Amino acid sequence: MPDHVFGFRTRALHAGTPPDPATGARALPIYLTTSFVFDSTEHAAELFALRTYGNIYSRIGNPTVAAFEERMASLEGGLGAVAFGSGLAAQLATVLCVAQAGDHIVSTASLYGGTVTQFTVTLKRMGIDCTLVGGDDPSALRAAIRPNTKLVFAETIGNPLGNVADLETLAALAHEAGLPLVVDNTFATPALCRPFEWGADVITHSATKFIGGHGTVIAGVVVESGKFPWGAGKHPLLSQPSPGYHDMNFAETFGEYAFLMRARTEVLRDVGAALSPMNAFMLIQGIETLPLRMKAHVENARTIAQFLRGREEVAWINYAELEDSPYRTLAKKYLPDGASAVFTFGLRGGREAGRAFIEALELWSHLANVGDGKSLVIHPASTTHQQLSDEEMRQSGVSPDMVRLSVGLEDPSDLIWDLENGLRAARAAAPVADVRA
Amino acid sequence: MILETVSQRRDLLDRSHKVAMVGVSPNPTRPSYFVFSYLRTKGRFEIAPINPNVVEIDGVKAYSSLAVYAAERGAPDIVDVFRKPADAPPVAREAIAAGAKAIWFQYGVINDEAIRLADEAGLDVVVDRCMKVESARFDGGLSIGGLNSGLISSRRR
Repeated sequence: MPDHVFGFRTRALHAGTPPDPATGARALPIYLTTSFVFDSTEHAAELFALRTYGNIYSRIGNPTVAAFEERMASLEGGLGAVAFGSGLAAQLATVLCVAQAGDHIVSTASLYGGTVTQFTVTLKRMGIDCTLVGGDDPSALRAAIRPNTKLVFAETIGNPLGNVADLETLAALAHEAGLPLVVDNTFATPALCRPFEWGADVITHSATKFIGGHGTVIAGVVVESGKFPWGAGKHPLLSQPSPGYHDMNFAETFGEYAFLMRARTEVLRDVGAALSPMNAFMLIQGIETLPLRMKAHVENARTIAQFLRGREEVAWINYAELEDSPYRTLAKKYLPDGASAVFTFGLRGGREAGRAFIEALELWSHLANVGDGKSLVIHPASTTHQQLSDEEMRQSGVSPDMVRLSVGLEDPSDLIWDLENGLRAARAAAPVADVRA
Repeated sequence: MILETVSQRRDLLDRSHKVAMVGVSPNPTRPSYFVFSYLRTKGRFEIAPINPNVVEIDGVKAYSSLAVYAAERGAPDIVDVFRKPADAPPVAREAIAAGAKAIWFQYGVINDEAIRLADEAGLDVVVDRCMKVESARFDGGLSIGGLNSGLISSRRR
């Protein structure tokens, strides 16, 4: 008789957190300790040689953090996970796990701004080149792959454009070239999309967003499928002797666990971007309700999008839940339960209207984050991108009239009440009739 | 019987004690050595290397064949196999002759004839799994490494 297979909601509550074996505590204990005593010198030697599992030092692993890692691995359907202090740290570690100076990576261009900077400025300084490919044509991505390319990267739902990645096609073209597809699944979360089911090999998250869900902690995580052939020769960091571990060959020694073992024992160990056990505990609390929250986030976001669509102050909306979105077909395929709850829209009246809109809001929080239980709003042209000219802004994928919403869990009628006040102020600042003329 | 479920593998490990490891290497960077070292230091199992080229590994006496092992130590509970797939059928025959209760073919050691021989002789058979990984799944080792054990339980263990 086959073993019982547990569903997503059950795993969101239980995976990685059986009762504490030491005390029977049902909630996840917070192991707030830097270090762990060894049973003996032999035990210590076995641990340091990676021949046995166990805790040494919380920069490399911690039981509370491990519970978060296992839960994320379970929800994504992966082999395992490694947590980091932030989403950007998780992403950097993913690149450093497979690429070094002289190597190259390829990514879609529609990315979170922090990722663009990390890929094109910081990685470049470290000797790793990145080609960002605009548009939705997979053949352009294929053409950007070079002999020294080590991975292909995309966001499930691009920030802030709201484009949906064609994961199956991207995975196929990456695999054709012997490369892994790395997908940032921050906006969708595994409650709405599980990229491994479409052929992705590595998933990164800013767990700061919907995973934590309450706007309390900064965190990141890398999940790996265990299915990519790291030992095939394309990734010498995994398939050649490592001077960091007595010339051990990760792919040969650990097989399907090679990537995860190297990500933890070399990259996390040496980069040091560890997640605090306190923060891991907060994330575990958040994940318990992830499936319920994402459902409610999507419902509210659909309601808000429909409201905005009916308003003459609104010039356009980029949300793959709307029937006229160019990404509707991809969203139906990859995000059947909803295209998350972050989207952008344009205000007639541009920069001035945007400023007036934001300043009139009472309930929506004006800040630079997404995925909080509370509704969030930002107008990039008057905040994060204010130093740029209109033309420079357009080149970075942000238009002067763009407002980004992260729709929270409040009563939708209250959110709409507040938006109505904002739209009224926007119209007063830049009358619609004038702008249209 | 071919054991295919998680609970079948857990039961096998729970009821087994004597493990003969065929083809284990004394080289500390080899995967087989990792499995040997892990299972030995856990203390749950009585491990013996079966390798005609070594006398002992880390102070644990090695045997030149399963027949020699069985003559001195009796029938093994599990014969854990680290050999190329083509070499698996003779190992299966030796395991049957030695009275083994189960045979465990490590990652990649997949040979239909060897599986059939062992199965028909009444041995429990595990294929393309790692005994270290499966032990760690049940003793919490995978979980402590942030790896997906696949286990869900509200019972204290």
